[in-house]
Amino acid sequence: MTDFIKTSASRSLENAVQEHFIPAEAPWSGIVRKGQTIRIEDSYGQQAIDTLFYRADDFAERYSNQDTMRAQGGAYIGTGTKIISNEGNVMLVMTADSCGRHDTSAGACSCESNTVRFGHGTKYLHACRDNFVIEVTKHGMSKRDIVPNINFFMNVPIKPNGEMTIVDGISAPGDYVELVAEMDVLCVVSNCPQINNPCNGFDPTPIRVLIWDGED
Amino acid sequence: MMHVRRSPEEIAANRQRYEEHQKKGLEFAPKALPAPSPLPAPAIDAAAIIHQETIPGGWYWSTALKRGEALRIDQGEGGSTVALVAWNAADTSERLNLVDTVKVQWTTALGKGRVIFSDMGRVMFSLIEDSSGAHDCLMGGSTAASNAAKYPGVKSRNTRDNLVLVAGKLGLTRRDIPAILNLFAPVRVDDDGGFHWRGKLSNSGDYAELRAEMDMIVGFSNCPHPLDPDPVYAPKPVIVTRFRAPAPAIDDLSRTATAEALRGFENNASMLA
Ligand SMILES: [Zn+2]
Repeated sequence: MTDFIKTSASRSLENAVQEHFIPAEAPWSGIVRKGQTIRIEDSYGQQAIDTLFYRADDFAERYSNQDTMRAQGGAYIGTGTKIISNEGNVMLVMTADSCGRHDTSAGACSCESNTVRFGHGTKYLHACRDNFVIEVTKHGMSKRDIVPNINFFMNVPIKPNGEMTIVDGISAPGDYVELVAEMDVLCVVSNCPQINNPCNGFDPTPIRVLIWDGED
Repeated sequence: MMHVRRSPEEIAANRQRYEEHQKKGLEFAPKALPAPSPLPAPAIDAAAIIHQETIPGGWYWSTALKRGEALRIDQGEGGSTVALVAWNAADTSERLNLVDTVKVQWTTALGKGRVIFSDMGRVMFSLIEDSSGAHDCLMGGSTAASNAAKYPGVKSRNTRDNLVLVAGKLGLTRRDIPAILNLFAPVRVDDDGGFHWRGKLSNSGDYAELRAEMDMIVGFSNCPHPLDPDPVYAPKPVIVTRFRAPAPAIDDLSRTATAEALRGFENNASMLA
């Protein structure tokens, strides 16, 4: 892991209101209040962090990858990207990004899609969708609430001819994204356990989540 | 914090296996697929037709669809994009999953011979005919806000509200609306990820046929795509024909063209067993 990186004079490790270490392969969820900033840190580098957002007081409003891509006219997520809900509302805005490439086209790994992608022998490997099911169930939701997610630090270039493939991540140890919440949101994270493609460098590693209060 | 890294040998073995899958997916599969279906579309045998629906411009429709039946979606006059969603009839929590569809087939370019997956690793549709080769898995449909921005002052229907209506009339809710497939939408992605409308690759008088590989409920919205360059809101009617498709032969294209589809159909078979 690397040293703490300051993105704002007011933001230090000491004045974070929440700090969570998420082991390799594990899920996490928590509320980010309007005005708060969440930092998701790829502590060891080359680690896909599958993430979903739900409006905290109405889970039927949730992250929409298609609305997010449509609203910004492009496929990748980076600084300035507005995270858009299925109701067309801005949920969060990405305010910092030390990596530069994040995916929202390729979805989460699942036991079921692994069988299709890598063979039936990979069915009984822990997967992001299982993390999501475990985590959303704690909040009264179910599989039907799991929608296409953001894959922070996952590198999935799409070519003009449509060709699309997961390639080696470009994130270095300590790379981070920061998002400021525009509404109260439930954030659900799966620290991706995938070992069959390079989204984790074939070696899942721990991550860290930090939350700060707003600056006003 | 304690963390044990995987061994270099394990990592190397997995990387090698991934690169073998990737090479086959990127190099073999497209070569195994045919050219787009020729126009005009041949007539469907009248005895095979179960129902025909003309969806007016701006409107929605839904239908049951049994395994082995197919839908021909015909642009008619052209110029329309048809948004499509689908649920497993027996368990609507199983639904169209485009992120898996594009990921496992190594491409966002769907066309004749490709398949469309559910979130459970099973094939929902085989694209048995497709004259356009221009469908959009990424951008989703129009909304009240996107229409208001694009067609100021014009009263217009939009895909988001249409699909809320489809879901609501089926006893489903906003929670059940999956990401949508846009048929007849020539969207291309540039090297920076930017979306562009590539005119006249398609979007005039094209058709596609999707064969159901499980019993489903299918929903449609017929509204202009958000990138449609026509500044006037004037969606044209589309014709959807539900018909009994010929039974797939042992060498059926969609079942044999890619290793991924083969494994997906194995998952379908275990559901039916
Ligand atoms: Zn994963």
